[in-house]
Amino acid sequence: MDFNLTPEEETFRDEVRSFIQEHLSPEARKDPDLMANWLKSVREKRWVGFNWPPEYGGGGGGIMEQVILKEEMSKAGAPPLGTSMMGLQWVGPAIIEYGTEEQKKQFLPDILDSKYQWCTGYSEPGSGSDLASLQCKAVRDGDEYVVNGQKIWTSGASYSKWIILLTRTDSSAEDKHEGITCLLVEMDSPGVEVRPIKNMAGSSHFAEVFFDNVRVPVKNLLGEEGKGWAVTVSALAHERSGISEVAGLISQLAQVVELAKRTQRNGRPASEHPGIRRRLAKADAMIEGMRLNGQRFLTKQLKGEKLSSETSINKLHRAFLAIEFGELALEIQGSASQYTSRPDDEDDDDLGRWASGALGWPAVVIGGGTPNIQRNIIAERILGLPKD
Amino acid sequence: MNFGLTEEQEVLRSVTRRFLDERAPMATVREIMESPDALDEKLWTGMAELGWLGLIIDEDHGGAGLGWVDLVVLLEETGRGLLPSPLISTSLAAAAISEFGTDAQKQRYLPSLADGSAIGTLAVLEESDIVGPDGIALSGNPDDGGYRLSGTKRFVHDAVAATVFIVPFLAGGKEITLGIVEANAEGVTPKSYATMDETKRMADVAFDNVLVSSDAILTGDGTAALARMLDLAAVAVTAEMVGAMDKDLEITSQYAKDRVQFDQPIGKYQGVKHPLAEMYVDVETSRSLLYYAAWCVQEQPESLPLAAARAKAYASESFVRIGIDGVQLHGAIGFTAEYDIQLYLKRSKWALPAFGDADHHYGRVASLGGY
Repeated sequence: MDFNLTPEEETFRDEVRSFIQEHLSPEARKDPDLMANWLKSVREKRWVGFNWPPEYGGGGGGIMEQVILKEEMSKAGAPPLGTSMMGLQWVGPAIIEYGTEEQKKQFLPDILDSKYQWCTGYSEPGSGSDLASLQCKAVRDGDEYVVNGQKIWTSGASYSKWIILLTRTDSSAEDKHEGITCLLVEMDSPGVEVRPIKNMAGSSHFAEVFFDNVRVPVKNLLGEEGKGWAVTVSALAHERSGISEVAGLISQLAQVVELAKRTQRNGRPASEHPGIRRRLAKADAMIEGMRLNGQRFLTKQLKGEKLSSETSINKLHRAFLAIEFGELALEIQGSASQYTSRPDDEDDDDLGRWASGALGWPAVVIGGGTPNIQRNIIAERILGLPKD
Repeated sequence: MNFGLTEEQEVLRSVTRRFLDERAPMATVREIMESPDALDEKLWTGMAELGWLGLIIDEDHGGAGLGWVDLVVLLEETGRGLLPSPLISTSLAAAAISEFGTDAQKQRYLPSLADGSAIGTLAVLEESDIVGPDGIALSGNPDDGGYRLSGTKRFVHDAVAATVFIVPFLAGGKEITLGIVEANAEGVTPKSYATMDETKRMADVAFDNVLVSSDAILTGDGTAALARMLDLAAVAVTAEMVGAMDKDLEITSQYAKDRVQFDQPIGKYQGVKHPLAEMYVDVETSRSLLYYAAWCVQEQPESLPLAAARAKAYASESFVRIGIDGVQLHGAIGFTAEYDIQLYLKRSKWALPAFGDADHHYGRVASLGGY
């Protein structure tokens, strides 16, 4: 057991730190071209897609270096390394693992260069937690698939250029996990229609996507026909690993702590109330637990073992905290938590600032598998309880 | 970066588990817990021969010279098996003398703690039940370079079996000072109570004008030494808790696979499998917090207070729920004295207040975090 970095790792950490100091100085942060300059310089460093193979423009970084890079960036509150978020997080990795040479050349550089957005077409109205029951149909017709059906809860659909889409090519298979096919589809293909859905926090980040005789060239098949479930499983595992989330959670906790310190409740700062203190401290211990769980998973990876269902542990903590931070903030604010707007002559920055968190948690809690699905995964795959 | 056990630590774990499976299966644990001191002499000697009692004592003083991560591995196993023994207490006394003792004190006590002929324990709490410097009110009146203690220490683990007490007191009514008091000194009287967890023993200890001579005083700043000992104690107790929680989960998962109702194993129902999944989440998260705290003990002492507080707080809260859920998921059979799962619930009740409960340690997390 050793939580220290090796001298080489320390050197790399220092390199990242001085890069951040140089490119995110107070003056640089005020520059209107900050984002464009930033994306260009991190790309030159090959830190975007840092773990991707160098032949496709990746940085070929080791696991520890990736972690150091992510941690330092999060700690500094740095902008993201690219704007093609889903592309970087799981579409790219899925293409690296399952894509053809042609697909790799076509898509990977664009993702690294933040050229456009990807969205993810998994859930359907009848297939949420039971994703493998999906019905969106693709039928082979010569050199093309013809797609008919509907997706829902598709984040970023209205501004994405491409969608990674799960379809059913074979409904006769006894096991519903068979006969699923993964296609890469251009969103401006004739027959694709996007209808945004407004969520309870008031924004329209996700949408319904309809496919009406959409023709997709066979060269856009990802992996084998009928074997798309494997592509999904690997993509969702990327989504659940969650190491980089901890720095973000630490900063969220710090914000709630500051709110508790400056907000008077019953004649004293909310931070002095035992109930509030204990909840803040519990969140602190849980975040530290997540950080250390992540390091245990990381150790497994460094030994060359594959991660499996244990990453659901941190996904469950993440879900708890997503709700808890919002709830804590509202309770600290008291009656003022109901005010979601502030008149121009009011200078209380806290008014309205916390409501979006208190209403926005389902994106984190439900997205990528609900807490109850995570509990099923742990109970069945780790504890060996019978499937229900 | 490596968050894993060494090969030697894995061997220590498997040797320990095998020894306990053979020498202290649950039937034996039940026999020992019904004896007055909850101490089996033969077993204790066997533990000494395996080097457990002097695990963290240096080799010059008859110990194995291992570290706190090793000790935590050992204690996880004794916790799994609910082994009744003063292992935690004697290890903490050994740690106090190793870290704060004079050469003469080390020579006098460490070899006998390592070979099991002496049993040590910390006697910290008093009437106020406050864990920390504010709880120390026992006054030591100066006497010929030493002090005379009069008063009572309460809730002392393994007090009847112990031959050596580490006692924090207020020297001259002022500075916290740690003294070594032998159980056979004149004026020391333990007062025993029956305890909820029958595998653990606790007692109050009355001190009537007991002499702590000048050569029985531990060195260094007493307040800092007390704080350090309480952190070590929290880590040691958390280690036994994590082992016990893990075993509770194992027993209950097995029961859920075996027990059939409505024509299927009850583990098929989400009402049963989800609490079990939550138990797993809490066991593993407690274990991560524990190992990091154990690593901090020697490698990063300045980080220990926060790491120990987080681990003891989180694990205490978790174990309480796991203890209850373990019994509840068993149904009526879990309520019987005959079934072992209830012993784990009782262990959770012992562990919660031991060296600070969840509320105490969450409070420390908040204070150390600056809020």
